[in-house]
Amino acid sequence: MRRAGYDGVVLACPITVPYARHSARPAPWWIGRALDGVLRAAGMQKPQLDGFACSSFTLGTDSAVAITQHLGISPRWLDHVPMGGASGLVALRRAARAVQAGDADAVAVVAGDTNAPDSFRRLVSGFSRFSTDAVYPYGAGGPNLSFALITDAYMRRFGARREDFGRICVAQRANALAYPYALQKKPLGMADYLAARPIADPLVLFDCVMPCAGAEAFLVLREADARAARLRYVHLASAIERHNAFPEDDVQLRGGWAADAHELWAMAGTPADAVDIVETYDDYPVIVMLQFEGLGFCAPGEAPSFLRGKDLTCSGDMPHNTSGGQLSVGQAGAAGGHLGIVEAIRQLTGAALGVQVAKASSAVVSGFGMINYDRGLCSAAAVLTA
Amino acid sequence: MKVPPRRKKNPLAVTRLPLLPPAAPSRGALKLATLAGQGRFALPVCTACGAVSYPARDVCGACLGELAWRDVADGGTVLARTVLRASGDVYFRQRLPVRAGLVGMDAGPRTVAFLHEDAEPGTRVRLTLRLDKADQAVMLALPEGFAGEDALLHAHGCSLRDRRVLVTDARGSLGAAMAARAVAAGAREVFAGEAGTWTSREALGQSSLPEGVLPVPLDLTDERSVREFAAEFGGRVEIVINTAMAPRPGSVTEGDPTRLREAMELEVFGTARLARMLGTALRARGADGDYPACAWVQAVSADALAPSPGYGAHAAAQAAALSLALSLRAELRPIRVTTVFLGPLEDEWHQDVPPPKVAPRAFADAVAAALERGLEEIAVGDVARHLLERWREDPTLAIRETTHTS
Repeated sequence: MRRAGYDGVVLACPITVPYARHSARPAPWWIGRALDGVLRAAGMQKPQLDGFACSSFTLGTDSAVAITQHLGISPRWLDHVPMGGASGLVALRRAARAVQAGDADAVAVVAGDTNAPDSFRRLVSGFSRFSTDAVYPYGAGGPNLSFALITDAYMRRFGARREDFGRICVAQRANALAYPYALQKKPLGMADYLAARPIADPLVLFDCVMPCAGAEAFLVLREADARAARLRYVHLASAIERHNAFPEDDVQLRGGWAADAHELWAMAGTPADAVDIVETYDDYPVIVMLQFEGLGFCAPGEAPSFLRGKDLTCSGDMPHNTSGGQLSVGQAGAAGGHLGIVEAIRQLTGAALGVQVAKASSAVVSGFGMINYDRGLCSAAAVLTA
Repeated sequence: MKVPPRRKKNPLAVTRLPLLPPAAPSRGALKLATLAGQGRFALPVCTACGAVSYPARDVCGACLGELAWRDVADGGTVLARTVLRASGDVYFRQRLPVRAGLVGMDAGPRTVAFLHEDAEPGTRVRLTLRLDKADQAVMLALPEGFAGEDALLHAHGCSLRDRRVLVTDARGSLGAAMAARAVAAGAREVFAGEAGTWTSREALGQSSLPEGVLPVPLDLTDERSVREFAAEFGGRVEIVINTAMAPRPGSVTEGDPTRLREAMELEVFGTARLARMLGTALRARGADGDYPACAWVQAVSADALAPSPGYGAHAAAQAAALSLALSLRAELRPIRVTTVFLGPLEDEWHQDVPPPKVAPRAFADAVAAALERGLEEIAVGDVARHLLERWREDPTLAIRETTHTS
């Protein structure tokens, strides 16, 4: 059966609760501040909000259910999306169908996480059964170990060089310098990148995101309602998700995008090279390359040479991770899986907080999440249009 | 990497704390560790399609079939490698850098493994499962055909070589053989406990202890003797081999009741006494340098698992001693507690037991080999091996089989 489009579904009210390296405020505070931001931006009162999707790693035993009572909301449509870097896009896909079918009129998609000095270690030590059993006992490197192995294999297979990864990090830092909420504000040059402290060969400090506290949120609703409320919005042109793609691959040198990208572009009615902005999930630059390849910007293994010919800054010919991405803004847990969507909404509605990409009318946002064992299991992407 | 030579400790240096690697294993990972502790390289295999699972699953990931643990091929090829130079974990921060990689196993799945320095992507490797300091199973990948000693193996074993070893009872045949074996294995010092030093070995018709063995007074049944030993040698012992065991015939109903009391005093209270007075000092040096305190070996009669007819009293004491050892396994970490199950010994107390019986020499060789690999449970002799195998399969049946035979 042919998938129905997302006609009439729009995204509005992009909210970022300014990030902090560490915070004493628990996750519900971050989620609550983000939801408050969405409601204010939408001009809505709590009782009018009938849909709520929540993602967080630091709620302890609580889920979206507990958050409804904590925040005093009574939605008739509720979702909890524990998919990390893919959570924003997965929540968006579900919310879009809910508002399209009328199960909800407006869904606030919220992700927020707190970060205490030791919380990242505690998170990764118990991240999943497979990782606790079979990865963490090998040096307790957390995701650094897994992504180091993927990066090592990618470099050997395709001849990528460290500079190729560095180019991504350096361009994102340039974008971040103008973005007010980025935690990393020091200019980064290629020489700095190459001389950085090694973390897990071949990864260096600037390949790794900095865990932090923060929240991101947006509203999914029907276009007619958005227009009536005089909100600036973007359309959801298409979206894909895939889990545990290509389990037969020895090393993850492609993500689930490779399985579904044709559908993404067919549904959007536009080819990859026609989009104005690319927001990838950048918890390590090698995964950015897998996204460029998987989404069809270039062939497998060709991202290094493809990106060598591109300027990834906001003023360049391929604006990428225009707020600086997680590599420069920080990784606020599950909010990292929403950051690209929020930034794309801002760019496409002419409301960028950093550098506004000129004449941007379409963006592809992609997400990646959950290193359960040796690879990220969730991949997702969406095309948004002004 | 070469095994680092034993160096004299800097007396001003702060002793490395005996931290444990992070471990929160699932039931499947506990099973993996249990089998690894027995020296096996076994993984869950699908009974329907034969697919091998790793990490341990509960259901076959290929066909959703049922799984059973089977020995599998241990070869593989390195797919990727890294050198971890930062870690959030305090145990590994003591040990950075850590060389690790992803290995494609010939058996099918992929595994993260600690890599030998010559294991690079593309290298054919042999995987070996070892218990880490938290008693969980970890994979080591060494180049195919690699033989000999290596720092990676050294760190994941409890080799006698260059270590200071206590054999608790050198008056017994097991202890005497063990002390000699420790010397032959290159132990740095071998303390041989001797109870009842008022009689000489000669007078008892025992051959003298080999060169390199230091006899020390130690009577596990005597509180003061153990305390004095611990005070003088407690800070030096790195491997304890407790051979204090006196198997004597005697049934529960008809045997001499003092036999049970004596056996309990020596084997149960004596073991507990030694653990109480030595355990803390042993643990405290569990990460001290390249030759830390590392193992406690407990010789246990297989009667502890299923009592042989006619040895009921001793079997009861041994069952209690085994239980103590199992508690010590948890209490003494990072010290490896190795239980060594023995069949009837080739000695004057088993005259009425037909062969096969265990020669002290065979015990000593088996202990040395088990320590080298850091194993946690072995059996010596055909009788014990046969029983242990059946006991692991079905303990109640093994007990019934044993007690119904006479």
